Amino acid sequence: MTTPKGGYPASTSIVVEDVTKSFTLRYHRTLKQMAVARLKGRDISGTFNALDHVSFTVEQGESIGLMGLNGSGKSTLLKLINGVMRPDGGTVLTRGRIAGLIATGAGFHPQLTGRENVFLNAAVLGMSEAETKRKFDDIVEFADIGKFLDSPVGHYSSGMFARLGFAVAIHVDSDIFLADEVLAVGDKPFKQKCLAKMQEIRDSGRTLFYVSHAAPSVRRMCDRVIVLEQGRLAFDGDVDEGIRFVKYDDADGEELTAGEDTDDELGADI
Amino acid sequence: MTEAGRAHVVDAPLSPPAPRAGLLEVFRRRYLLRMLVQRELSARYQGSVLGLLWSYINPLSQLFIYWFVMGKIMGRSTEMFAVHVFCGLIVVQFFVETFNAGTRSIVRNRSLVQKMAMPREMFPVASMLVSLYHMGPQLIILTIICLFTGWTPDPVYLLGFVLALAIIAMLGTSLALMFSVANVFLRDVSSFVSILTNFVRFGVPMIYSYNMVDSRFGSFAHYYLFNPIADAVLLVQQAFWVGTTDHPGEIHATHIPDHLYSFGFLGLAISAVMLLIGQAVFRRFENRVPEQL
Repeated sequence: MTTPKGGYPASTSIVVEDVTKSFTLRYHRTLKQMAVARLKGRDISGTFNALDHVSFTVEQGESIGLMGLNGSGKSTLLKLINGVMRPDGGTVLTRGRIAGLIATGAGFHPQLTGRENVFLNAAVLGMSEAETKRKFDDIVEFADIGKFLDSPVGHYSSGMFARLGFAVAIHVDSDIFLADEVLAVGDKPFKQKCLAKMQEIRDSGRTLFYVSHAAPSVRRMCDRVIVLEQGRLAFDGDVDEGIRFVKYDDADGEELTAGEDTDDELGADI
Repeated sequence: MTEAGRAHVVDAPLSPPAPRAGLLEVFRRRYLLRMLVQRELSARYQGSVLGLLWSYINPLSQLFIYWFVMGKIMGRSTEMFAVHVFCGLIVVQFFVETFNAGTRSIVRNRSLVQKMAMPREMFPVASMLVSLYHMGPQLIILTIICLFTGWTPDPVYLLGFVLALAIIAMLGTSLALMFSVANVFLRDVSSFVSILTNFVRFGVPMIYSYNMVDSRFGSFAHYYLFNPIADAVLLVQQAFWVGTTDHPGEIHATHIPDHLYSFGFLGLAISAVMLLIGQAVFRRFENRVPEQL
């Protein structure tokens, strides 16, 4: 088990080898709808490949910017690396503990208080009780939600929700950190705090996987860009070339730039 | 690329990130399991004034209904009929709650299932433990009633009670595993299960006694005992109800089948096999769960 096929060196952090993931789409849910569709000769289900023979390896300490249009398979890839999903074909291998956010505030229970949710979420992310207690003050301080800590998270604003989720995830001693949509919510000071924290993660030698549509923050955070296009690996390499490849450096999309200026550097993930 | 801080060495092996060990993994991560059970318990009574007291009121009201309607109005002749029913009720409720809540557990926890890598067997198992916890108040009520009616605990019979719990816990978990994953694909499953569980209380000697089955079906009565839930109910009745009657020896001879322990262990074996099947079914379909939610 310790030397998987291919014999990757000890510095390899993530291996994605010929990975395929397809989804089954069911167009109709009720029996009646299905019967009608059958009679009319329409398909009642179909499959589509969210990921199509994707291969790459990541060395420990690299920070990867994952880019691509909506629906290109970024989130699916992240879920495979996170272990939420398993590939249909190919292999995904990771080394060490994984933390991060696949959409903010994952697994928060709206009826429980912030405090209870911190413990629950930390447990889900693989922290022990002692570890959570040790880091609890840091987490609360980072989230900065004040007196709301002891009220149910169902009453939180979306920003507070995200801050608490991010605060927990960022305090896990992980070897691989995944970030998806983390900066979509939250105000400017918090975004800046998150970016600083992520840079800290990167500089500590952890592998960083960062999904973003914002070219400036990718440029700042990452040293390699992977671009997915309809589930296929379209580009893998240098940051600036990658950004040019997805045309986010903006040669022709002038209408986009107007509103982006302010949020540009912070990465307004959409 | 070549900054000083980048010497983070990980000595873990390269391995698939998705948990593979199934139920074993669940017990390896007991802390998380405990958190999930606690979450379930504290969320249930949130915003209610009486809180945990409801766990006492509910079984007491049921006990009263059976005692009054069946015992007083319909005039059932079974001795200590209320205790007889209550023994069955405890087992049936534990099973039904595990089965029902377990079946819905994955769909209800979809936010966790879709975003976090964890053994998803966690959710049906947590449902079982929550149901087990709810049994506590019922057991306290039962013990108090029994003590007031001249019951003395018998260690061997109490071991039989533990056996009954093990049977129900395993059987309930195995069914919850199978149906929870089915419920993801077709939400009709949870409705189907709640109808199915309506029949459970009639398949066990609760509102009727075992000697009625025995006298009606004669030598075929043994087939009735192949139902592990019926064995569990009889084991609980042996542990509690028999001791509350006026002539325990006589009642034991007529109302409790011979070789009950043999059938009990057979039930345990059946439940264990079911658990293995449940795990296999779960693993087979689990891959498609996140995308179907």
